[in-house]
Amino acid sequence: MTKKTTYNFLVITILIILLVIFNGFVYTSNENKNPVKLTEQGLHGQRLWQENNCWSCHQTYGLGGYLGPDLTNIYSVENKGPMYIKAFLNSGVKTMPKFNFSDAEKEALVTYLKFIDSTGYYPNYNAKFKPNGWVEIEYKNEK
Amino acid sequence: MKNKAAIIFLITALSALLVGMLFGLFAALQYLIPEFLKDLIPFHKMRPFHVTTVITWIILCATGSIYFYLTQIEKLKLFSNKLMKLHLVVFLLTGLGIYLSYFFGKMEGREYLAFTPILTIPILFGWFLFGINYFKTMMKQVKIWPVYYWMWGTGIVFMMIHLTEAHLWLLPYFREHVIKDLTIQWKSYGSFVGSWNMLVYGISIYIMAKIKGSDAIGRGKLAFFFYFLGLTNLMFGWAHHTYIVPTQPWIRYVAYGVSMTEWIILGYMIYDWKKNLSQTKKEAYPLAYRFLVSTDFWIFINLIIALLFSIPAINFFTHGTHVTVAHSMGTTIGINTTILFASLLFIISRISAFSKKQETLIKRGLWGFNITLFLFFSALMVAGARRSHWIYTGNDTSFSNMQDSLFWVYFAFFVFGVVLTTSISIIGLPILKKLIKSLRV
Repeated sequence: MTKKTTYNFLVITILIILLVIFNGFVYTSNENKNPVKLTEQGLHGQRLWQENNCWSCHQTYGLGGYLGPDLTNIYSVENKGPMYIKAFLNSGVKTMPKFNFSDAEKEALVTYLKFIDSTGYYPNYNAKFKPNGWVEIEYKNEK
Repeated sequence: MKNKAAIIFLITALSALLVGMLFGLFAALQYLIPEFLKDLIPFHKMRPFHVTTVITWIILCATGSIYFYLTQIEKLKLFSNKLMKLHLVVFLLTGLGIYLSYFFGKMEGREYLAFTPILTIPILFGWFLFGINYFKTMMKQVKIWPVYYWMWGTGIVFMMIHLTEAHLWLLPYFREHVIKDLTIQWKSYGSFVGSWNMLVYGISIYIMAKIKGSDAIGRGKLAFFFYFLGLTNLMFGWAHHTYIVPTQPWIRYVAYGVSMTEWIILGYMIYDWKKNLSQTKKEAYPLAYRFLVSTDFWIFINLIIALLFSIPAINFFTHGTHVTVAHSMGTTIGINTTILFASLLFIISRISAFSKKQETLIKRGLWGFNITLFLFFSALMVAGARRSHWIYTGNDTSFSNMQDSLFWVYFAFFVFGVVLTTSISIIGLPILKKLIKSLRV
């Protein structure tokens, strides 16, 4: 092995060690001060969310497709909430197809969205902007 | 043609691009006429077809190109031809499995990897075969690796790592914690794209070296400095996707710091751009060269955008809007696709020459491609700006009213999409014909 190759391997090894440490922290540390764990029903809702590709059109925390609105705080936002969500699910609107969810499935999806809602805010209207470009976001339940 | 497997990779890739663009048009049409074909091909089913097919284009074209370079241009003896063929068969069968999974609505996966997760096993196996073949071939026959060989090796290894990471949600520990789960999902996607960029950018350096007739570009200290910088970004620079997700602040600090190192790349590009153009021996490979010049332009535009929205204060307003889509279209079509077209044209130049008429057609197609991609990209930026404005100032208007107000922007986006697809077909079809013909020789 040449000197240059050894040097390259050394740099890659250092980067990989740092990555392993970094991943270790990301995987094992609490996501924030008030981590929320999904219940069985919430996990059922999450499964339905995936199997029906809800993410194709909707977002949570701005991540997902853009044909439909973001649903991060749909559960708690004024004039919306569980009944509103359930009404949309099987009726279908202009862009949204008509699904055929059972009552239990609708309940599971609402539970999932309730959990998402409890994790934080999006849009984060009370975020604070710092002069160095940083944004301090508002965490839920931190007050 | 002796090495048919590499060519079949390329033919499949190009076919995927042409079909994937059509899927994209069908999906985009639903922004305009939501009721149209909603029951037959709803958006939520069309989008995975589009996304998977265009990702297939990038992955298979990069893979086929690397196999071709090693065996046909570098004249290296592949560790095992059988492994390469097995890799091809595994990927083709898995692709078929993915389409069947979509067709029958078995989409238990997530965004970008919507197929039933069991199909990830053969995909990983395919990458493993590629890795074995690549490293066994290279370590035995090449003593000092230029940077592109390192990039390809790194791309293969990190593809496996991040494809696995993207499926950590299968473990209850991860999927039970919504925020951690979301963070890891987007961490893996950022690094997954970084991994295929290692393959594709390595290809661009390889072609540049071949066009120049000198390997210096791939052996200098600067090339390795940028490689390590890119690798650092692949590993740690993903979190601008999740600035707004309420995860630990230190995760976001690291991303902010690492993302900003890309300014070095931009600074160097501005310094080096002209110099590179004048030194290149463009006469020998006129078509491949033209596509690489286009790549330069798109890298410049997209790097500026990526750097801007890596600043949290800007990301705050662009996140969750079509600005992000504009960036991903700009990078996958503007950068990856032009590099891969350059690769295909470089490969064709080694197989058989285009007629003058075909060459002119491809050049015109490239013009159409660049102009319409710019307009397509601009339409998405406008839609993103409008959406951001609505999110932060216009919440008295309903979502559907905001969408309706964007009708003409979506209309323009669709029309530019049609012209873009046509331009890509004008470029792609003669290449596809040549590749198919080369199989018969």
